[in-house]
Amino acid sequence: MSEHIVSVRVYITIFLVLLVGTALTVLAAFIDFPWRLNTIVALTIAVVKATFVVLYFMHVRYSSRLVWVIVASALFWMGILFALTFSDYLTRDWISTQTG
Amino acid sequence: MRPIESFEVPAPPRVNYINAQYGLKSWLLTKDHKRIALLYLGSITFFFFIGGLYALMIRLELLTPQGDLLQSTTYNKVFTQHGIIMIFFFLIPSIPATLGNFLIPMMIGAKDLAFPRINLLSWYIYLLGGVITIYALLAGGVDTGWTFYTPFSTTFSNSYVVATGLGIFINGFSSILTGLNFIVTIHTMRAPGMTWFRMPLFLWSHYATSLIMILGTPVVAITILLLAFERVARVGIFDPALGGDPVLFQHLFWFYSHPAVYIMVLPSMGVISELIANFSRKNIFGYSFVAFSSLAIAVFGFLVWGHHLFVTSQSVYAGMIFSFLSFAVAIPSAIKVFNWTATLYRSSISYDTPMLYALGFIGLFTVGGMTGLFLASLATDVHLSDTYFVVAHFHYIMVGGALMGYLGGLHYWWPKIAGRMYPEGWGRFSALIIFVGFNLTFLPQFIAGYLGMPRRYHAYPPEFQVFNVLSTAGASILGFGMLIPAIYFVWSMRYGKHAESNPWHLPGLEWRTQSPPPTENFEVTPIVTWEAYEFAPREETEVVGKFRPELERI
Repeated sequence: MSEHIVSVRVYITIFLVLLVGTALTVLAAFIDFPWRLNTIVALTIAVVKATFVVLYFMHVRYSSRLVWVIVASALFWMGILFALTFSDYLTRDWISTQTG
Repeated sequence: MRPIESFEVPAPPRVNYINAQYGLKSWLLTKDHKRIALLYLGSITFFFFIGGLYALMIRLELLTPQGDLLQSTTYNKVFTQHGIIMIFFFLIPSIPATLGNFLIPMMIGAKDLAFPRINLLSWYIYLLGGVITIYALLAGGVDTGWTFYTPFSTTFSNSYVVATGLGIFINGFSSILTGLNFIVTIHTMRAPGMTWFRMPLFLWSHYATSLIMILGTPVVAITILLLAFERVARVGIFDPALGGDPVLFQHLFWFYSHPAVYIMVLPSMGVISELIANFSRKNIFGYSFVAFSSLAIAVFGFLVWGHHLFVTSQSVYAGMIFSFLSFAVAIPSAIKVFNWTATLYRSSISYDTPMLYALGFIGLFTVGGMTGLFLASLATDVHLSDTYFVVAHFHYIMVGGALMGYLGGLHYWWPKIAGRMYPEGWGRFSALIIFVGFNLTFLPQFIAGYLGMPRRYHAYPPEFQVFNVLSTAGASILGFGMLIPAIYFVWSMRYGKHAESNPWHLPGLEWRTQSPPPTENFEVTPIVTWEAYEFAPREETEVVGKFRPELERI
């Protein structure tokens, strides 16, 4: 199995990107966005950072299609967790809690 | 056709995996999957013994309606620790880490698992998790229930929640590594000719189990971490007083812990498929249906967790979805039960000890599964939730299902593992005692629960005493029944009759090597040219020897 060698330069670049992401998260936490944007902004930055980690630090970008399938199925399973949990949270207000 | 003499039983070979090397170091640093399976066997038996002691204390306390043996706080710790030890340190590793570890490479014709060192590592991680959990129990114990529900666990409980959680967190990695090893091994190390649809069903069920281990365990690990963050650093995640949501904990916890039920019962179903086919000497009815139903259970099992939340503030609409999906997961389970029953039809059944366990499993699992449907119905669950009905239901699945399969499998493969036979008469006797004791323990709990006896209380209204006396009597019989195999397995290691390489006269690969097997399992890599469960007529095997001659390739 051939191993792709990632250059130190790439590692350092990604590391710097992650540091910038962390700084942005801290910065965004001090700004009061309207509606629920604070959570959305923080999660977006986190997802971007995680994507860099998975692609470069975990070498998925240079890996076989089988590895991509594994990553996709893990994401799919996380999708199940989110979707069914939100089936609770998003429908709680649909019914009036008043009972006779 | 080869001459008959070539099928006679060879003299017991001198070198096998047990006597290949001697000394403690040869065991503690072994990379042999069979030795690691035995290390696991010893460790989980130890934990089973501790969990059993807690069960004994629970049953003794409940013998009388008054809380006269244990204080309420002590009782809370006792049932919590019974659950934690039995689930995380016995049931989850039970069949995969012992029988699975021992048999998966042998059943596919491989020399070992794909990652032998990781296999050994998983055992050490299991031990580390176990030691930390035992430390927590000795230091003062934990009283949250094995489910660690918030905000009690994060805010109010004064017991060792974080230490216990750390033990379970660490133990989870052992489970993940075992699952990873099994998946890679089954994908990449099958012997020539061992196609997916020639694999014994034991392997399909372990493949499905491994998927759950890998996909589910990280979620419970993260959940425990979040719990620890909230408890230690007061970060508001689950506690409403800190701006959190306690139901979120239940979502995250059950996302793993419901599939974990299938981690316990799927391997057992794999064992039962082997036992039913082999002791009725008939190809399993609907092989591919049984195989795919394992995968279906693994996938559907992830979609039903919300049925644990019917009496919380979970949205009723989510409740409807989860109720429907919970009924759906009964379908693949039913496929298995019906196919096993159909396999028995007009077959040549022999009632050896493993088969007694398998037949017991079918009945008990069906009772456990059907009562699960009561609990998956939105309205009846309101009545039954948090009563002894629930306790009886999950014990029918976990003891009646998972433990019966484990004991059946242990008897069935014992000749291969130890190279000695267990005493058949005692085996059948204890299987019967366990079956009777089990039912006497848990059937009355269904009635007590239906009538309204709540779970997790150390004192109860006197009208429930008759059910509790029956239950405690049953538990004593059950405990006695468990001691018998514990004694004769140890006895048989030294005094049991020497086992032939194929004492049951079966076609599976694990029976085509000596008992106990050599370290490398097979002298020559086998070439598989037969389907799983391809039996010769009984007369032929008895006259000729072990298998149909044309199947003999090794």
